[in-house]
Amino acid sequence: MKLQRIAALTKKELKKTIREPAVLFMIFLFPIIFVFAFGASFGGVGGSQTVTYHIGVVNMDHGSSVNASQTVLAALTDTKIINVHVYVDNQTAQNDLSQGNVQAVMIIPSDFSQSLASYQAAPDNPAQWTNTTFSLYLDKGSLVATQAIPPIIQQTLTTVAGQSQQTPSPFQVQTASLVEVKTTSALDFIAPGMFTFASIFLIMMVAQSFTQDRENGMLKRIRITPTTPTEFMISQVISYMGIALIQAALVFAMTHALGFTPSVGISTYVFAFTLVLMFSVSNVGFGLITATISKSAGAATGLSFLFVLPQLFLGTFVGASLSSDAQVAGKFVPSYYVTNALTSLFLRGAAITSPAILLDFAVVSVSCVTILVVGVALYAKYYKV
Amino acid sequence: MNESSIVIEHLGKKYQDTTALEDLTLQVGKGELFGLLGPNGAGKTTTINILCGLVKPTTGTATVCGYDVLKESAKVKELIGVCVQETSIYPYLTGAENVQLFGNLYAMDKAELNARRNMLITKMGLAEDAKRRAGKYSGGMKRRLSLILALINDPQIAFLDEPTVAMDPQSRHAVWDFLKELKREEKTIILTTHYMEEAEELCDRVGIIDHGKLIALGTPKELIVKNRVNNLEEVFLKLTGRTIREEA
Repeated sequence: MKLQRIAALTKKELKKTIREPAVLFMIFLFPIIFVFAFGASFGGVGGSQTVTYHIGVVNMDHGSSVNASQTVLAALTDTKIINVHVYVDNQTAQNDLSQGNVQAVMIIPSDFSQSLASYQAAPDNPAQWTNTTFSLYLDKGSLVATQAIPPIIQQTLTTVAGQSQQTPSPFQVQTASLVEVKTTSALDFIAPGMFTFASIFLIMMVAQSFTQDRENGMLKRIRITPTTPTEFMISQVISYMGIALIQAALVFAMTHALGFTPSVGISTYVFAFTLVLMFSVSNVGFGLITATISKSAGAATGLSFLFVLPQLFLGTFVGASLSSDAQVAGKFVPSYYVTNALTSLFLRGAAITSPAILLDFAVVSVSCVTILVVGVALYAKYYKV
Repeated sequence: MNESSIVIEHLGKKYQDTTALEDLTLQVGKGELFGLLGPNGAGKTTTINILCGLVKPTTGTATVCGYDVLKESAKVKELIGVCVQETSIYPYLTGAENVQLFGNLYAMDKAELNARRNMLITKMGLAEDAKRRAGKYSGGMKRRLSLILALINDPQIAFLDEPTVAMDPQSRHAVWDFLKELKREEKTIILTTHYMEEAEELCDRVGIIDHGKLIALGTPKELIVKNRVNNLEEVFLKLTGRTIREEA
């Protein structure tokens, strides 16, 4: 294998990207314009469908004979829209929250029974109450969860105490995560999907590039030289990974300029860009599959949407507003796992070593390499001079 | 004939029901400029594609500089240069960048590549336009650039598939002069063309192919004398009953 050949072909591909106006627009300008337009005007997500929320509960109230905390858990379950998961400690609950396994964690304070008893003894005399605070940690990766869960919790506590909505209450719900960070905007929820979105259009570019080079005889010409298929494919993958990296950087700069500033460290950014790079490998694979079944560059443009649209609608920010069936279908496209991991990293504050992130990365890596191998194999089998 | 650069024995190629090449046997000597003549679809390009390792023959064998084109195609590719029939260049690269790219694909030494690139660009009359995007070139300039790409690696054997097709007379004569110079350098050249005057002007020997079969082989003069005609065009007409411009 000669690095000289790989470097020359990679350089050629990058020059093409810069010098061909159509390619330049589709790969760089289109995602930037889209992010700007969408990010600036996006008004929110969510629909009218019935949803179920998974809430982790850590019960610190162990000294009670009244067993008030069990009453709260039962009341939450009775709402029919809350699935309660009980944790023995806050750390375990926080880990599951950061990995997206639950959408909120509620801490029942140690003096809850005492507070409830004080209220029931003198419901009309707030001066006699023992006030207490429930801490509520929310999944910052879910716009719907952050909006819906706090009022449900507050309403449930009010019901348990037998109060009316308007009266004062000894129980305060403090949404801890939202208190600590900046105000969350709709952009924060769609930004992770935008990083994924930008790279998806590489499918079209790869398909067009291969069919064009096939049509004008360039692939034949390269095959006549001592360049091996491995050297050629490596140069293509390197080129498109480089383009994906630049795309991700541009989209990040644009979302940052629009106000997306996640509180994460440099290692998280490095991991996120690595994830996007890995994802670009699958797009090269899908592009090759498209080129295999396309008779011309024009046909490749149209057929590439067979792969672009599922990735776009099922695996990026668009997926958050789709039906539950569509969201299940999303689990069959790599982009879903990329967006999910980026959401966990940027919004849920998950560590890059957490099981959910590592699982997403493993799924993305295995699926993307598999798609690339299938793409190369199909192209090699059916490509004719 | 000198030592053989190319040995073809009983070569055949079938595409489903179509026979593109049938039982072709011939040898091309080192330093020879051999013309492969015939109308479009006669089997010329199929022959070149087999010799370059692009297409597998259905029957027969072929060696290039002693290397089997099927079993040792990597070695063969290092020794040959091919000017394909299509005007294949990267339009978004400049002329010089196209040449540089293909030199790198042959893993040429940088200094040697630069020197040969400049020499070929000058000889083909593209020096003034070397830094322009190749997509902006005229048809003749693109064909000349395509020829440079085929010769950048200083090949021992050059396969030139219709190198002068669609060229203006001036460009065509520039290419002819260059081919004569290559011949003086003892390069072996396989030239396919359907311009009979080109073959008469340049070729040491010619083979005429029709419907995938070799129907005549010899020097242009031998074929003209043997068939008692005035030129190769008439040789082809006499042997096939058609002009070479007609489809095979």
